[in-house]
Formats: sequence, structure tokens, C-alpha cells
Amino acid sequence: MNEYSKKMLKVPTYTLLREQDKDKQPVLDVRNLGIDFGGLTAVDGFNITIGPTEISGLIGPNGAGKTTIFNLLTGVYQPTRGSVLINGIDIKGMPTHKVNKLGIARTFQNIRLFTDMTALDNVKVGMHNGIKCSFASSVLHLPSYYRSEKQANEMAMELLDFMSLTDVADQKAGSLPYGVQRRLEIVRALATNPSIILLDEPAAGMNPSETTELMHQIRRIRDTFQIAIFLIEHDMNLVMNVCEAIAVVNYGRIITKGTPDEVRQNPAVIEAYLGREEGKTDAEN
Amino acid sequence: MRIFQYLINGISIGSVYAIIALGYTMVYGIAKMLNFAHGDIIMVGAYISFCVTNYLGLPAWASVLAAMAVCTVLGILIEGLAYKPLRGTPSLAVLITAIGVSYFLQNAAQLIWTSSPKNFTSVVTMKPISLFDGQIVITGEVLLTVGVSILVMVGLTLFTSKTRTGKAMRAVSEDRAAAQLMGINVNRTISTTFAIGSALAAVAGVLLCSTVPTLMPTTGSMPGIRAFTAAVFGGIGSIPGAMLGGILLGIIETFSKAYLSTQFSDAIVFSVLIIILLVKPAGLLGKQVQEKV
Repeated sequence: MNEYSKKMLKVPTYTLLREQDKDKQPVLDVRNLGIDFGGLTAVDGFNITIGPTEISGLIGPNGAGKTTIFNLLTGVYQPTRGSVLINGIDIKGMPTHKVNKLGIARTFQNIRLFTDMTALDNVKVGMHNGIKCSFASSVLHLPSYYRSEKQANEMAMELLDFMSLTDVADQKAGSLPYGVQRRLEIVRALATNPSIILLDEPAAGMNPSETTELMHQIRRIRDTFQIAIFLIEHDMNLVMNVCEAIAVVNYGRIITKGTPDEVRQNPAVIEAYLGREEGKTDAEN
Repeated sequence: MRIFQYLINGISIGSVYAIIALGYTMVYGIAKMLNFAHGDIIMVGAYISFCVTNYLGLPAWASVLAAMAVCTVLGILIEGLAYKPLRGTPSLAVLITAIGVSYFLQNAAQLIWTSSPKNFTSVVTMKPISLFDGQIVITGEVLLTVGVSILVMVGLTLFTSKTRTGKAMRAVSEDRAAAQLMGINVNRTISTTFAIGSALAAVAGVLLCSTVPTLMPTTGSMPGIRAFTAAVFGGIGSIPGAMLGGILLGIIETFSKAYLSTQFSDAIVFSVLIIILLVKPAGLLGKQVQEKV
């Protein structure tokens, strides 16, 4: 903790911690993160600090490196430069499943549920590390197996209920409608008991009413579980309404950070999205 | 009446193939590799059982347990030393390594136990049941083999659907990267799969040599290939598919030996496989994967 407070002094003023998170250790602290693929620099000089109960957004044009950043934060890629600290612990060199145990969970841009398993089983896979039950007792079906199995079932059902998914608990994940699958993916991520959850385009493919519902749910997740949420999203309405802080990236670099209002008015953001005055296109909405 | 006798024999040998095929199919489903050394683990299991009963004089059940224990360790070692360092490399590299491991095991067995065939004593002491004035004979081996294979299939199905480790296996088999991001240790899950597959191979080895009592360093290779065929036949990656494929293969083999030709029985078996795969490329119970365009 002390070690950390020393570091905290160096945190630049651009971080936007919520009032209640001010004196707390950030859940995610990223310093000067960068990765090269061959000669190509995909991400460079990426810094962000996220407080324990903050909802923040990551936006930027297609191909800006947003998903690459998520992959770096979750240990899928090893960074070329810089460091990622989750709850104060550096993830350098850790295998992906250990990084997850530090308290970071995610969803995917292209949904990656276990399609052949039921919704309930998907959630239980997420709870994998939470269920304490020895190999022998589950094979031999000892009473402790039934106890932990029952507990796991109850917890999984509770989580499904939280996102109004109890009705589909026994259906195969692959057979569920798109919007439902997105919600199930969030539940599966929550089941790993994270302190921060990364959502990669959670509203993609949702209709406006589903998106509005999702906005409520994102806030409800933060308020109920008291965890941080970091999301990539192209739906500006959702980002501007839900996020308390927004980072804008382009060509793998942060071009600005700030509150939704600040970001909206930043000329660099407008340029990244709309192009320069002379090369302006009307494709963006 | 003869036809029923052939059917029973076919189901019996088919059940052995099924148990071997379960090992192939599990490893393929989870590690996405063809472990061609699987057949030779069967042979090692049979030798261990042979040694424990003949040299140590322990009862049959103890020899089966010893064979399972040795093969489990062997499976984990092979996976850790030969296959794990190749994770992420093209599948061809792993396939060639598996063939290498297969030859290594055969030659190691030849060094230890020599190439002269050993006469395996059946683990079953039950007297054969004679029906219809001896027209149909059901041996203890048949009952044991069929019983064990059913038990193994039910056990594995329950294991993969109910237990935490089983669920982790299914998750890894569907999407390794996503499973990892949900906190599942993929390496350990794959090791567990090899451990289970190899323990099953040991059981299959004992059952196989109880039915066909000649034990040589190459004993495992042909049943291994037939069982691999059975796994593909039933739909590789599917547990009931491996079971169905194994039993059907055993029946086809026995019938072609009985009614067509003993010498060509393998050719007939593999022809049937080719025909089935032409009609159903994913195997009998395999999932048809729609290629995204």
C-alpha cells in the first residue's frame, strides 16, 4: 500500500477519479503501455488510471487499437513496453488465467460464449475459481460436492436473475437471441468475481430500447457490485450517458481524456472522428 | 444362431475400440490434436498388468490399478514433455511428434520386454455362459468388456457435464482463449484430459489382451488405428459418437471376417469408413460446422 501511495503521487492530474475513489488504490493503473507487432506499433504510450467504482469509456475510430488495449490489459498479449497494474499487482509475464484471478474480467466484441453449453453452465464456468471442491469429492459425489454444487447453482441463478436471464438458464447459449447473448456474456464475466469488468462493444447489434436497458444495467452493475467498468463502444449516446470519464484513442495513442463534455468539445476528437476540414466525410454520425 | 454369436463378439471387440476411441476423441476435443501414441499406451498398460500378475503375483484387480496408475503418469509425462512445448505451433508439428512418441514407446517396450510375444492371462476367471445348447457362448470377457465400456461412457458423460473440471474441459474445447480469460488454467485442463485418456487406455489394454491374449510391443498399434477410425466414424470430439463408432466398427469387422474374408476384413472396415465420411463428413454424431463465407 505504501509503495503504492508513493506511486500515486506521480499520477498526473489528468486522471478523473470519482470523489469517492480519490484516496483509494486504483483498480487499474496503466503506465506508458505499448505493443509492437513486427515493425508495426499498434499501441503506444497508453496511460489510464481507473478508480474502484468508476465507469469509464474507451472510444476511437475503427482500427485505433481499442481491442488491442483490452487484450493487453487482460494478459492475452504481452506488452512491448510499459506496465499494467491490477489492484496494485503488475501482470507482467502472468498467464491469462492468473490475470483473470487478479480481478479483471471481460466480454468480447464478437460474442464468445460456450455455445454448446447452457446459459447456466456458461456462468458456472465463469465461477470456476470460486467453487471450492476437490477433484475426488466431485468424482465420488461426496456430500461436499453436493453442497458446493448447490451453492454454485444458487449463485449462478442469482447472477442470471440480476440480468433478467433466469428464463433462459437451461437453454443452450448458442440458441439465444443476440441481445440476450451479450447480457449472458456480461453475467459470465461477473461470475469470475472481478473488481473491474471490460466490456468490448456491449451495445453492438442492439436496438435502441435494448441499448437504453443496457445503460441502466451497466450502472446497476457498478452500484450493486461496487466494481469498476471500462467499456469500448461506438454508440456515442451510451458512452456519453454512462461514462464518467472517457479516453479517446487514435493510431494506438491517447489523443485526449476527460469528462464526456470535455471530450465532446475537444477539436482533436472531432478531427479523429470526422477528419480534417478539407477531408471531411459525412459518414460519421 | 451363428449370427447372434458374431454380433456378441462384434459388440465385445467393439467395446474395446470404443474405450480406446474415447481417449482419442477427448484429447482431440480438448487439445485439438491427434495423439497417435494413444494406441501404444494401451500396450504399455497391458505389459504393466502382465508384469504385476506374473512377476509380482498380485491379483488381477491390483494389476489393472497399477496399469492405470502407470499409464496416467505416462500420459501426463508425454503431454508435458512432447506436446506442451509445441502448443501454438502448426498442428502438423504436433502430429509428427505424436507419431514419434508412438515409435518411441514401441521401441522402448521392445528393449524392456523384448519382441517375443507374451501370453497374457485373462483377468476374468468366470466360466462362459452357454445358451441354446452351446450355440451361443457368452464369455466373462465379453460381459466385462461391455459392462466396463458402458460404465466408462456413462461416467465420462456425467463427469463432463456435472463436475467443475468437466465443465472446464468443455469450455476449453469450445474456445480455449475465452476459457483462459474466465480464469481456467488451460494447461492443467489438457493435462487432466491426457491423464483420463491414458487411464482409459490402460483399461482397454487389459480388456483387449484378455480377449486376444497375445502381447507384443506392436499390440496397441492396430487397435489404436481402428479406434481412431471409430472416433472419426462416430464424429470426433463426441463421447457418444466414439462409443457408437467403436461398437459399429467391431460389428462390421466381425461380420466381414465371418461372412466375407478374414484377410480383407480391414480393407472392408476402412471402405465402410470412407463411404460414411463421403456421405457424412463430420461422422455419424459429429457436428456439421458451417463454413462462414
